[in-house]
Amino acid sequence: MTTLPVVQKILSANDAIAAENRAALDAAGALGVNVMASPGAGKTSLILATTQRLPAGLRLAVIEGDVAGSIDADTMAAAGIPVVQINTGGGCHLDAPMVRSALPHLLPAGVDLLLIENVGNLICTAEFALGAHVNLVVGSTPEGHDKPYKYPGMFAAADVVVLNKADVAAVFDFDLDAFQRGVRMVNPQAPIFVLSCRTGEGLEAWVDWLVAACHAEGRRSIPV
Amino acid sequence: MHRRCMGRCCLVEPRNDFMHELPVTQAILDTALSAAQQAGAARIVAIDLVIGELSGLVDDSVQFYFDILSQGTLAQGAALRFQRQPARARCLTCGHSYDAAPPLAPFCPACGSVHLQVTGGRQFQLESIEIDDHPTGSAEDSER
Repeated sequence: MTTLPVVQKILSANDAIAAENRAALDAAGALGVNVMASPGAGKTSLILATTQRLPAGLRLAVIEGDVAGSIDADTMAAAGIPVVQINTGGGCHLDAPMVRSALPHLLPAGVDLLLIENVGNLICTAEFALGAHVNLVVGSTPEGHDKPYKYPGMFAAADVVVLNKADVAAVFDFDLDAFQRGVRMVNPQAPIFVLSCRTGEGLEAWVDWLVAACHAEGRRSIPV
Repeated sequence: MHRRCMGRCCLVEPRNDFMHELPVTQAILDTALSAAQQAGAARIVAIDLVIGELSGLVDDSVQFYFDILSQGTLAQGAALRFQRQPARARCLTCGHSYDAAPPLAPFCPACGSVHLQVTGGRQFQLESIEIDDHPTGSAEDSER
């Protein structure tokens, strides 16, 4: 009997394909954003509200990840946004090979910003790197301010956090300080944008940040 | 195969990954088999994993998938040994360091401060495998 040291990240095969995706995005000059949240937090609403406020000439494309169906992709397509629907067939997250299969449908037409809407899930989506430059985690006030404490892995993986449905915070006794402290506990760096896709409140600051990220020279230094 | 959706978007082929432990377990098996084959092992006896408390992985679920996926491979019957790493947290007010697990308490257990930082617990690694160098039944084979 021999003990053989291996010491390898369990998802290194996925990570290798994520690195290929990152290289494809970089070659196309596109900023990839992995949009993660629980179901109903407002991922699709945020993408649509963001689209309406992007500067003219910035070319957006969307990958929609869902367990089944194409409700969100139909919404995107109806808004004139180039979109690919990925159905995971019961799988609870997108992974790098799925995104790799979608990229050739979008990048050749010219893309500056690729928003990848992950499956609604606050647990494992953070573990599967897609090759995106930015991990965005969307929280919302009806979910409660305890989410960063309950799902620390997700908030730790975020490069940026958006808190949606700020307009109804009072209805849900949402404690913004407690939410922000929870995010800071696992993530001292990520900017937190408090906004409402319904009223438009706070969206401008978020879109400014996103557009700046699109233009940032240094974005390629963010690790996969 | 890709299906067009409303003529403007397209559908990438579904897969059957179900719970996230399934692709994770497949990755564990692939990594272990590859290392064992390189070493010329006859059999994998055990696989040592280091999993952080923040990784969202259920041991029993991994074991369940492993028993199915490893059938007919060198790893069939191998023991999965999970070494769980606790989440480590540090109080930014008093400096107290302690083990934590989700749901994370919003207060420092030493001084009650709400200014805390998680410093570890996201490990997700295959550490080592225990292998049998001698093929089962090789002694019998040589006697024949």
